Amino acid sequence: MPENQNFNSEAGLPVNRRAGKVSKYKIEHYVAPLDETPLQAVDSVKETGKPLSMWAEAWRSLRKQPLFIISAILILAVIIVAAFPQWFTSQDPTYCALENSNEPGREGHIMGFNLQGCDIYSRVIYGTRASLLVGIFTTLIVIIVGGTIGALAGFYGGWIDTILARLGDIFFALPLILGAIIVMQLPAFRDNKSVWTVIITLAIFGWPQLARITRGAVIEARNADFVKASRSLGLSKFKSLVKHVLPNSIAPIIVVATVNLGVYIVAEATLSFLGVGLPPDIMSWGNDIATAQTQLRSNPMMLMWPALFLSVTVLSFIMLGDAVRDALDPKARKGA
Amino acid sequence: MSENATPKPLLEVKDLAITFSTPDGPVHAVRDANFTVMPGETVAIVGESGSGKSTSALAAIGLLAGNGRVSAGQILFDGEDIANASEKRFVELRGNHIGMVPQDPMSNLNPVWKIGFQVKETLKANGLAGDNPKKRVAQVLADAGLPNPEARANQYPHEFSGGMRQRALIAIGLACRPRLLIADEPTSALDVTVQQQILDHLDTMTSELGTAVLLITHDLGLAAERAEKVVVMYKGRVVEYGPALEILRNPKHPYTQRLINSAPSLSAARGDKHEAIVEETSPAKAEPLLSVSNLTKVFDIRKGFGKKEKFTAVDNVSFEIPKGTTTAVVGESGSGKSTIAQMVLNLLDSTSGEITFDGQQIGNLSEKQLFKYRRRVQPIFQDPYGSLDPMYSIYRTIEEPLRIHGIGNSASRQKKVKELLDQVSMPAATMHRFPNELSGGQRQRIAIARALALQPEMIVCDEAVSALDVLVQAQVLELLDELQRDMGLTYLFITHDLAVVRQIADNVCVMERGKIVEQGSVDDIFDAPKSDYTRNLLAAIPGATLI
Repeated sequence: MPENQNFNSEAGLPVNRRAGKVSKYKIEHYVAPLDETPLQAVDSVKETGKPLSMWAEAWRSLRKQPLFIISAILILAVIIVAAFPQWFTSQDPTYCALENSNEPGREGHIMGFNLQGCDIYSRVIYGTRASLLVGIFTTLIVIIVGGTIGALAGFYGGWIDTILARLGDIFFALPLILGAIIVMQLPAFRDNKSVWTVIITLAIFGWPQLARITRGAVIEARNADFVKASRSLGLSKFKSLVKHVLPNSIAPIIVVATVNLGVYIVAEATLSFLGVGLPPDIMSWGNDIATAQTQLRSNPMMLMWPALFLSVTVLSFIMLGDAVRDALDPKARKGA
Repeated sequence: MSENATPKPLLEVKDLAITFSTPDGPVHAVRDANFTVMPGETVAIVGESGSGKSTSALAAIGLLAGNGRVSAGQILFDGEDIANASEKRFVELRGNHIGMVPQDPMSNLNPVWKIGFQVKETLKANGLAGDNPKKRVAQVLADAGLPNPEARANQYPHEFSGGMRQRALIAIGLACRPRLLIADEPTSALDVTVQQQILDHLDTMTSELGTAVLLITHDLGLAAERAEKVVVMYKGRVVEYGPALEILRNPKHPYTQRLINSAPSLSAARGDKHEAIVEETSPAKAEPLLSVSNLTKVFDIRKGFGKKEKFTAVDNVSFEIPKGTTTAVVGESGSGKSTIAQMVLNLLDSTSGEITFDGQQIGNLSEKQLFKYRRRVQPIFQDPYGSLDPMYSIYRTIEEPLRIHGIGNSASRQKKVKELLDQVSMPAATMHRFPNELSGGQRQRIAIARALALQPEMIVCDEAVSALDVLVQAQVLELLDELQRDMGLTYLFITHDLAVVRQIADNVCVMERGKIVEQGSVDDIFDAPKSDYTRNLLAAIPGATLI
């Protein structure tokens, strides 16, 4: 071998070592038979199989999970009950006769009657709607407000981030229920009690958590090379946020929002139970649990039925959130 | 040879097969693998990612992933079959019989424990700590080439540089004087000069201790330089093994030949095939497409309590790129080369100095001018997994630039996307796929197609091929070369790998700590380097002196 790169020795490097090593043992030179190890094209493109987007792939792994199937069926059932309560009971939940007060279950009234003599089963069925409305609309408002604030803070950084993050921290420091109790006592809220006042109150204390999650996800996505590439393609900063950064930060938002939907339903029930949530004339699980409280010793089932529906609904949203997280988080997903 | 008529191999792998069970059925990662390691010998297993090279070695130390198992064959360590040995037996073997140096120095040290503690742990586990473990730890670290070992033992991993961490890992791997050391890509995350120091040191240590080394690497040049014997693996099979130098100089299997032809450190300079075109364009040399003069970038580094420290990432850099040529900016990590790329792309403002593109200063462009400039200069980034939006189909990815610049209607755009895919030799059917379904090299080709969509005059390649296997890397480099010839593209090529520079570039700027230490044509730099820094960089390219 001609040693044409003679600077090696000039630089004072040990040339002998760089010349490779020769073993003291005899080493056989083995070549695998070519027909057993055929040479394939470098980096050939897979052309079989259906193209799969990330969402399609997530869906494929999701639909096989028992956790997802159970929670999805339960949630679907809850939504149908909330939308069409009349399909599930022929009883009028507002028809109450004192002669039925505290009566046990009988035909047509499987869960019996409450203190006022109203049918418990139909009240539980009709109460679904208020709980679900609070859950869904609070989540929507939280996603819009918290998501926007978190995305702007995370993407632009600097003073915008400082102000928005501190603002979020202030709300974050207030416990949800305590804060909600105080807000619900404000004259403007106290005098106009409705589903909407509860939704707004919960949203006021709910958005910072989502803003934090969004901010984190956006900060992670904004440094990706594809965002830099889109900027050098001529996309404006804001457009690259909307078109590339947000779609790539949506996964954790969906997961947290699903779990939180259940949490908001519980919060509504808690507020109603404490008498500061929904007004008594709106049928809801929280209100029913509150009124049943006085009868806990004599007729515990009166409290158990709405509580059971509440727990199952909340549990299914939390399970759904878990299943979706497993499907969307590539680290948790089992080997590709 | 004569001193020992029938030497007994230390490690003998016979007809080894390793199978992973996955949700989509069993995957045969390794089939019919045969090789031996003699005592005190260095054997290198070479192959691309997914060739089964790491899997084979990990099986020898009982560290296969949970869903993998040895499905056939034997692994004889000193005559004992350990292919399906119990976990208890492996615990006995690990450390004082078989040591391991893992690949990634960044994640293989526990960040919450001091280095000294982590070394002591290994010594204790093998009952070698002795009466004065502190002294022993210092000794082990000193052996691995860490200066001031007593103080170093009291530091945490984050206080170490990448090279120092790898030295600490080598110290841990060799602490108990094992008879076999498995080194899984021990230096692939490090700069070449650091790589050379570390491997030199590993060589010295193992030959002093008489330790056999099983070196796993994707770099054939490195393997040939550091090992007596090379085993080439391809798609889970051993396709060729033999004496290192003979494999390198006289490869028999077509795959090995292909590897050697593609390895940048071993292949010939670009000049051979590129000479003609340079002659053609040389009259145009007078007009540079891009010229950078006195470019400086100073970053403020926060030091807490509102204190700031100035850090000069790019220091008074000047160079010119003639139209239709490739200029490479080379340097080790932290040399400021990527910062230059970002400033040329106008993704980062410069502190002082000028960047002039086609006679126009780009420092103070209006929004509208900048939009036009973007059309003429396009980037290709390093990480093939990060440079494409995972939510976008390939069609949408390549169409995006056309849409942003309002070029054509949807029918003509579709035609254009097909054309672009064809230019980067991807089948048109790829356009309905998503990035997660493509390999790294394919993604990089899609990134090139996206960059080409606006028919730019210049492409900034920021470590565009660094994350790819050699064969794929050669393929992408060839594509870039072809596109330059067809379309007269100008490249600014940022890389840490001098070997690649030789394959692609016409001119080179060598950077060290923000400054250009040397610039000139590729031939000048490679044949007659003027600065010591360049000389060291060149000398550190593994395998360059062997062919």
